[in-house]
Amino acid sequence: MIKVAEESILNANIPDGPIESKWKTHKANIKLVSPANKRKYTVIVVGTGLAGGAAAASLGELGYNVLNFCIQDTPRRAHSVAAQGGINAAKNYQNDGDSVWRLFYDTVKGGDFRAREANVYRLAELSTNIIDQCAAQGVPFAREYGGTLANRSFGGAQVSRTFYARGQTGQQLLLGCYSSLMRQVDAGRVKLFTRREMLDLVLVDGAARGIVCRNLVTGAVESYAADAVLLATGGYSTVFFLSTNAVNCNVTAAWRCHKKGALFANPCYTQIHPTCIPLAGESQSKLTLMSESLRNDGRVWVPKKKGDTRPASEIPEGERDYFLERIYPAFGNLVPRDIASRAAKRMCDTGYGVGGTGYSVYLDFGDAIQRLGRDVVRDRYGNLFDMYHEITGESPYEMPMRIYPAPHYTMGGLWVDYNLMSNIPGLHVLGEANFSDHGANRLGASALMQGLADGYFVIPYTLGHYLAGSDVLKNKVTTDHPAFKASVAAVNEQTKRLVGARGKRTVRDFHWQLGRIMWDHVGMARNEKGLEGAIRDIRALREEFWRDVNVGGSDGDFNKNLEFAGRVADFMEQGELMALDALHRKESCGGHFREEFQTPEGEARRDDQNFCYVGAWQWSGNASEPVLHKEDLEFDYVHLAQRSYK
Amino acid sequence: MKFNVKVWRQSGPNAKGGFKQYAVDGILPEMSLLEMLDVLNEQLTKQGEEPVAFDSDCREGICGTCGLVVDGMAHGSRLKCTTCELRMRHFVDGGTVTIEPFRAKSFPVIKDLVVDRGAFDRIMAAGGYVSVNAGSAPDANAVLVPKDIAEKAMDSAACIGCGACVAACPNASASLFVSAKITQFSLLPQGQAERERRALRMVGQMDQEGFGNCSNHAECEAACPKGISISNIATMRREYMRAARLHEERAEAGGGG
Repeated sequence: MIKVAEESILNANIPDGPIESKWKTHKANIKLVSPANKRKYTVIVVGTGLAGGAAAASLGELGYNVLNFCIQDTPRRAHSVAAQGGINAAKNYQNDGDSVWRLFYDTVKGGDFRAREANVYRLAELSTNIIDQCAAQGVPFAREYGGTLANRSFGGAQVSRTFYARGQTGQQLLLGCYSSLMRQVDAGRVKLFTRREMLDLVLVDGAARGIVCRNLVTGAVESYAADAVLLATGGYSTVFFLSTNAVNCNVTAAWRCHKKGALFANPCYTQIHPTCIPLAGESQSKLTLMSESLRNDGRVWVPKKKGDTRPASEIPEGERDYFLERIYPAFGNLVPRDIASRAAKRMCDTGYGVGGTGYSVYLDFGDAIQRLGRDVVRDRYGNLFDMYHEITGESPYEMPMRIYPAPHYTMGGLWVDYNLMSNIPGLHVLGEANFSDHGANRLGASALMQGLADGYFVIPYTLGHYLAGSDVLKNKVTTDHPAFKASVAAVNEQTKRLVGARGKRTVRDFHWQLGRIMWDHVGMARNEKGLEGAIRDIRALREEFWRDVNVGGSDGDFNKNLEFAGRVADFMEQGELMALDALHRKESCGGHFREEFQTPEGEARRDDQNFCYVGAWQWSGNASEPVLHKEDLEFDYVHLAQRSYK
Repeated sequence: MKFNVKVWRQSGPNAKGGFKQYAVDGILPEMSLLEMLDVLNEQLTKQGEEPVAFDSDCREGICGTCGLVVDGMAHGSRLKCTTCELRMRHFVDGGTVTIEPFRAKSFPVIKDLVVDRGAFDRIMAAGGYVSVNAGSAPDANAVLVPKDIAEKAMDSAACIGCGACVAACPNASASLFVSAKITQFSLLPQGQAERERRALRMVGQMDQEGFGNCSNHAECEAACPKGISISNIATMRREYMRAARLHEERAEAGGGG
């Protein structure tokens, strides 16, 4: 049973005026903190990826006193590092008709009309500043012979607006961001706290005033007070256990904020990435993504005959079905991720899949090598080919790659307004951890853009606006406040429960089983019966988890099992919310595909009459009874239409 | 496949460590070395023994978190490969696999195979950046960078900061890590303004952290999972000497350093 709030508490605080000038007007009108006063404010930033690192560095540059936390041993390892393909910017350097408007339009449409127009427009606008900033930091972007920046077209775009640094764009952008962050550490404006996991948000008089975290080396539970808290802790794809995310990615920090009152929006919007290396066995710990830039030159196909077991090289041209080119002639192999993923799944479900399991399709570079030569192909994709070869033992120069979709990115996240503030005053949420810009599906090369836009160019303005308008300076709190004591007690209580359960099943075992439930029923395709079953299964598994988990070790030490146990405990609740959200959204849109709601061609069928809203869930004290708040979405500029990539 | 796994166990920074041996079975050739350790840890947890502590994150060779000495070599014997990318098909079925932490005075052991590489962050904070505040950058195409220079800078920038170079070096030198960053910025027009200051400060911090000096063994290059060339170290030396000379000249001219 889903409970809908009688009156939504959500106000997106979108500035008035035409969309082209909303951000400009807003910046001109918002409150400022004077340079001399900035150092009086302490700001906690949780996370050091593109969003968190950029925010911490930029706020340090402005003169704020920043405390920056991460679970890794150094900020440079945040999972943004793994993004391969590129970052979009509406520079129109290629003279091919790109513009802020077109990037805005593509992003709204790509998100299947479930994003907030005003946020998306601002994102497109800021995209150009990001490239300037990163180039100035010494990010070695790909260049033309004349020294100008090179571009490529990427995942569902008809213009070349993607900037890249070989297949390591995320790494290079993160290292640029990390270098700016370390400059502020050197200047004494940012204090780094590595190997710390945030386990609670501390509220004083309803506002975010600090965090409680566990020191992952010593096990000590530590408290930090501040005037505002910024959360940039990434997405929740590891709820599926197997995903392209790093093994330490988790929803815990966001979920603990949710349990303190922050609304969790659109949890069912998850993205399945089409070009991953297929699953090999049960002991596998993650799935490896191959950049979708591969689809620029690689051609996706399966044999025309069902269950054809011949090696790819023995299947003649006429007996191959280049299904993306056949079904979507205008976009071909470059259709958006959700479309490409579902098409591959359909081919495999209907018996055309290849490889040992029958759950993969070919991505073939034979034509590209013939057309461009081996050297050019190596130049473009060499490191990706090497990576594939190292993992599978097969060379993509000699035989087609095999790929299959895998959970990759989560569009849902904590609800934020136009200022990136959640419904809890002072708690701001940035990057993948928030829900705001990608709607129901994220286009390729847009995640890096959003993380950096939030960190470098949005929060430096909007945080000042919040601080200047609040009375936090007059009401400084310290960690002696009873609210901190209560949070520490709650964290200790949970740790004691986990370590003390002394059951029989390992944390990994539980996580694996939860992942299976999620992938089978809350994954690429969903239906009512499956979702209802998943909800029942998750509840039973959650109950079993607390009864029978075997964590081992102590809480006063470096203890990986304990870290994971806390994260899996949160996924046991958040997974149910994803399923409830997917069940209530009786339509298909972007990454949320309900089998009951599809066009005759098998594409997502939205229901704009009933579901053109952000579904933001409020914690009620019981994971099975969240309360739904709706933020209606209005499309004044890009008119609601059925997406078509044919 | 099955293996006899010989692992370094050490309960804390000041505890005495030693090797322990464990038998693992049912390992598939396509599993990575870290997945093999996952299997071992599941086994230990079920037996009520403490699992082997090790660091890892992305498990695709880009984050630089994992780093183990495998059979005496940092990241194992495969060239241009991180520990997480090392597949079990490269090991002899039924054989012994020896696993140790990265060893260096400047990388103190935290527990078992986990070490503290905080020294790298401190070196980066001493100048591994271009000072440009958000918002103050010129148009990205206003500063041209020739393609070959951008490519060379990218070769150096590919460093993942794992520390294998330190672990492989008989002197536990961090020269490859430090030189890669100095080289990247010395090549690019964006890095010129702070070129001398950066070289002096980063090298100074490296020495302060207690890393050894480079004596051209080139073990670092062989161990580097990203193929960073030892020629970066030659560049770093030139950059350092150039910076030191300019620094002196400026001091003589009374301009301060």
